[in-house]
Amino acid sequence: MIRLLLNARVRLGLGMLALFVAVALLGPSVVPQSPTTQNLSEDLRPPRPEHPFGQDKLGRDVLSRVVYGARVSLLVGVMVAGVSACIGLAVGALAGYAGGWTDELIMRVIDVLLAFPGMLLALALSAVLGPSLRNVLLALCVIGWTGYARLVRAEVQAWRTREFVSAAVALGATPLRVVRLHIVPHLLTPLLVQATFGMAGAIVAEASLSFLGLGVQPPTPSWGAMVNEGRSFLLVAPHVALFPGLAIMLTVLGLHFLGDGLRDALDVRGGESLSP
Amino acid sequence: MIPYIARRLVLAVPTVIGVVTLVFLLIHLVPGDPVDVMLGETARVADKVRLRHQLGLDHPLPVQYARYLSHLARADLGRSLYSGRPVRRMIMARYPATLELAGGALLLALLIAGPLGLAAGARPNSMLDSVSRALAVLGSAVPNFYLGPMLILLFAIHLEWAPVSGRDGLAHLALPALTLGMGMAAILTRMLRAALLDRLHDDYIRTARAKGASEKRVLLKHALRNAVLPVVTVLGLQTGALLAGTIITETIFAWPGLGRLTLLAIQTRDYPLVQGCVLVITLSYVLINLITDVLYGVVDPRLRVNS
Repeated sequence: MIRLLLNARVRLGLGMLALFVAVALLGPSVVPQSPTTQNLSEDLRPPRPEHPFGQDKLGRDVLSRVVYGARVSLLVGVMVAGVSACIGLAVGALAGYAGGWTDELIMRVIDVLLAFPGMLLALALSAVLGPSLRNVLLALCVIGWTGYARLVRAEVQAWRTREFVSAAVALGATPLRVVRLHIVPHLLTPLLVQATFGMAGAIVAEASLSFLGLGVQPPTPSWGAMVNEGRSFLLVAPHVALFPGLAIMLTVLGLHFLGDGLRDALDVRGGESLSP
Repeated sequence: MIPYIARRLVLAVPTVIGVVTLVFLLIHLVPGDPVDVMLGETARVADKVRLRHQLGLDHPLPVQYARYLSHLARADLGRSLYSGRPVRRMIMARYPATLELAGGALLLALLIAGPLGLAAGARPNSMLDSVSRALAVLGSAVPNFYLGPMLILLFAIHLEWAPVSGRDGLAHLALPALTLGMGMAAILTRMLRAALLDRLHDDYIRTARAKGASEKRVLLKHALRNAVLPVVTVLGLQTGALLAGTIITETIFAWPGLGRLTLLAIQTRDYPLVQGCVLVITLSYVLINLITDVLYGVVDPRLRVNS
């Protein structure tokens, strides 16, 4: 733990992440306005003391919307990274430990899912299922688990040949028990590093889908959708797109710092940035 | 070399079959009746029956799949529900624009990452290394859909150096290619730097230096050639992000390519067109990965022998 906190990037990343989580959890009780209160006579007003981030085309307070948008991003990041990591852990461990046809089949499925470039499959899925937060979560988990599964499979294959695993098998431990008690504990660190990057990837993916109108639907504030709304007013009111974009950038930056720092401090190899 | 390429081709077959099947199944993932979704629930029964028949949805699933495959074998992707034109022709009309954009982005990424990664790897902790680190951090943290509007704001609106949108010559390509290529440039720079640093500690580098080779020769001839290997892999993988990124970039810059067509198809619930676009983009990516694998075999002779 101390070794972790000695790492400057871990500290910086944790600090930025803490700010993001605090804004998402506590922010809504602090901001003066509801994110959906319209004030059409004050549309596109620039930042000033009552509205530090200015107002959008419907006169809504951009600061309130950025703060509420953090909730959507946090939910998507935690849910997608968490669920994907769990599915990836289960499927990857099965493929790595069982080997043979099971492994072959699982790897072919992963190959097919990974053959779709970037977030194209998530885009197609949320388009077909209909745009909503639930379907964004679903689509991102469908493509998200593959990375974790590949990581877990490779690690399980490496660990299962170790002597203490053979010893456990010789003592009559069931495969489930061997994997659960003797192998999985070794995987938690690389999974944590991967999930940190995965969270950043999921947040950017949700924002991208919402930017295209295929994610969270109005009037719920999402950072991606806010950048899209602000795009039409770049000339007269650049603040509408500027602040939600900065929020995404800082959040992703924080998670990247944390992921890089954790990887170095915990001496984990690999762990990929998933940001599209 | 030929057996190596043949092996790669065979390995790609199950993936392609999987992709084709998944794209076929997309329309069946629509909650409820896809025909209702496309026409609206108030549509006349006769229209629904006609559309259902036109899409072949009135047949059992295996029959639909067989017909889909047989059409696909003849490069027939069906007709757009809105324009009535063949999907293949609509995609072909848009493909060159996307190729131009992706090619421009790739070129720009290589032009940025090549020299910068080389300089950063040759002299770690120098000024240029700091620049490369800053670029890597920014390039990976700024999403396409934010970078694009910000570049428009700075270069098109304030400085008036480049046009805001559209496709009409090189000047129009600059901002979209930069938007699309930035993330790739960032990742490639860091990869090249890391790979060079790894290689510069190898024994053969010491040998080359001991033989009196100049530092330039050691770097370009001995280290770079071996450092390029992992970079080629990342290049292939990142092209996928590039292809998917065209959807956002083309939307921002009103670039008349495949990405914008895909989004338009999604927005108008033109499912045959959605399927066609997703399939063509994905198969392009599979092809690029194949080419990367082959390139890998060219750069690394060991692979050819071992396979």
